[in-house]
Amino acid sequence: MELPVISNNAPAAEGGGCSSSGCGTAPDGLAHLPDHIRAKVQDHPCYSEQAHHYFARMHVAVAPACNIQCNYCNRKYDCSNESRPGVVSELLTPDQAIKKVLAVAAEIPQMTVLGIAGPGDPLANPGRTFDTFRQLSEKAPDIKLCVSTNGLSLPEHVDEIAKHNIDHVTITINCVDPEVGAKIYPWIYWENKRIFGIEGAKILIEQQQKGLQMLTDRGILVKVNSVLIPGVNDQHLKEVSKIVKEKGAFLHNVMPLIAEAEHGTYYGIMGQPEPTQEMLQELQDACAGDMAMMRHCRQCRADAVGLLGEDRGDEFTMDKIDVMDVDYEAAMVRRKAVHDSIIEKLEAERGVAKPKPTDIPEGSRPVLMAVAGKNGLVAEHFGHAREFLIYEASPEGVRFISHRKTELYCGGMDACGDGDVVEAGASESLLDRNIRILEGCEVVLCSKVGYEPWAKLEAAGIAPNGEHAMEPIEEAVMAVYKEIAATGKLLPQADSLKVA
Amino acid sequence: MALQITESCVNCWACVDVCPNDAIYQPERDEAPHFLISADKCTECLGDHADPQCAAICPIEMAIVNELGEFLNPPGSLTGIPIEKLKEFGLWREAA
Repeated sequence: MELPVISNNAPAAEGGGCSSSGCGTAPDGLAHLPDHIRAKVQDHPCYSEQAHHYFARMHVAVAPACNIQCNYCNRKYDCSNESRPGVVSELLTPDQAIKKVLAVAAEIPQMTVLGIAGPGDPLANPGRTFDTFRQLSEKAPDIKLCVSTNGLSLPEHVDEIAKHNIDHVTITINCVDPEVGAKIYPWIYWENKRIFGIEGAKILIEQQQKGLQMLTDRGILVKVNSVLIPGVNDQHLKEVSKIVKEKGAFLHNVMPLIAEAEHGTYYGIMGQPEPTQEMLQELQDACAGDMAMMRHCRQCRADAVGLLGEDRGDEFTMDKIDVMDVDYEAAMVRRKAVHDSIIEKLEAERGVAKPKPTDIPEGSRPVLMAVAGKNGLVAEHFGHAREFLIYEASPEGVRFISHRKTELYCGGMDACGDGDVVEAGASESLLDRNIRILEGCEVVLCSKVGYEPWAKLEAAGIAPNGEHAMEPIEEAVMAVYKEIAATGKLLPQADSLKVA
Repeated sequence: MALQITESCVNCWACVDVCPNDAIYQPERDEAPHFLISADKCTECLGDHADPQCAAICPIEMAIVNELGEFLNPPGSLTGIPIEKLKEFGLWREAA
């Protein structure tokens, strides 16, 4: 088996640095940031890879209108089983949103961040968006506010953004060339007209770049999201990364295109291919030379609630919130205690310089491992994992690479065993599919794994490992890597041998 | 002279915010499950804008019609999806 080669060309962290080496680039993607910015992002799950294991976020869907069309979006879509941007089940008024945020913040004290991300473009709904932010900054001053936008209306709203103390903005920038843009954006609504094609894309790009510059000039943190669309902007994104870094964006998040025919999007219907895991990783690595790359994005819904990778939205529908009795003053005290203890733990980790691992035979090749993780620990049953976190272990250490979504095949006792059945019309069982998405990995770490998946995993050349249950992920990955390396199987002359 | 909203509407509010006449309203649920245009207030934006604003921002094809029932944004005009593909996926409809 040939492993994808991962270039590890990010500069090493100077002293300290966050020890959770998964922060975007290895070993600390945020190491280049000045302390005051690091302080702003250390409890932001979407900006700090380390933080996302402990801190939660929520989005409130108060912004339904949009001012552009993207070929990967279908405004008709609303499905509670889908997790992707732009999708929401329950649109909220600003007043309802405030109620929901206070209820969630009281119930989930780790929730530090409230974002407005759609389902349309927040800045195409300035009244609803800023009304929500204004009320929240008064009633819940301990919650960080952030907003994401396509950038078209950004320049006219920068002052308002600064006023509400929103210190994190995400701009989706898929291109800096109008000809590429015309293949992604069929039209924009601009100065009371619908403008199609290259002309529309050109205006959008100008506004995005202008808005980005205005935000960074005011010291507002900007993350740039880009959707990787094979054959459309894949090579172009390297240039995008370079330009947005020059303009002061502090993090670049390249996300894979989601394009399935049943979503009814232009790309879905026209059969535009999605990128493979390898393409995505290759591009992220190519851009990493230019700036910090984010690799832990879960492309969440515009009404997501909870830790990244989980969604507790169902617990907080408006009918449930209406009967909750929230004492936010008391909740704030509790929240502060929880935040302080997490920050203290993260700071302690950060202060400990992680030594380069020892006892690994020189020349050992890197190994990809999949982890069924929760809260930074190897804590999930193989069959219950909704996603696997992919880590690379090498003689340099452990680094986080990406996450891969699964489909649950184990629905508990009642449905047990059904996962291995090939449903009518499907070409493979869910278990087979989940094993297939682990392609490239040689080990899967989980708290437990059943007999049947065990055998299938081994047959697929992936070694199941349940011996590190409840251990911190990176320690467990390194321990397993050391065991394998000690056998000499990872040395060049033994390259034809598999781990499993 | 007034435009109308059809059942293709997805209630995204975009038109509400840009209508110069405040003609678009959310009716009681049993009247219609989507926004409606008040015929008394709608001027089709004559005198205000070159294009009717609801139709200029609406992201959904076939959602806005004129008095003759003609789509201001016919199938394929906004997404660029070819008509054969729309038919294949059941997304094609003749005029209302």
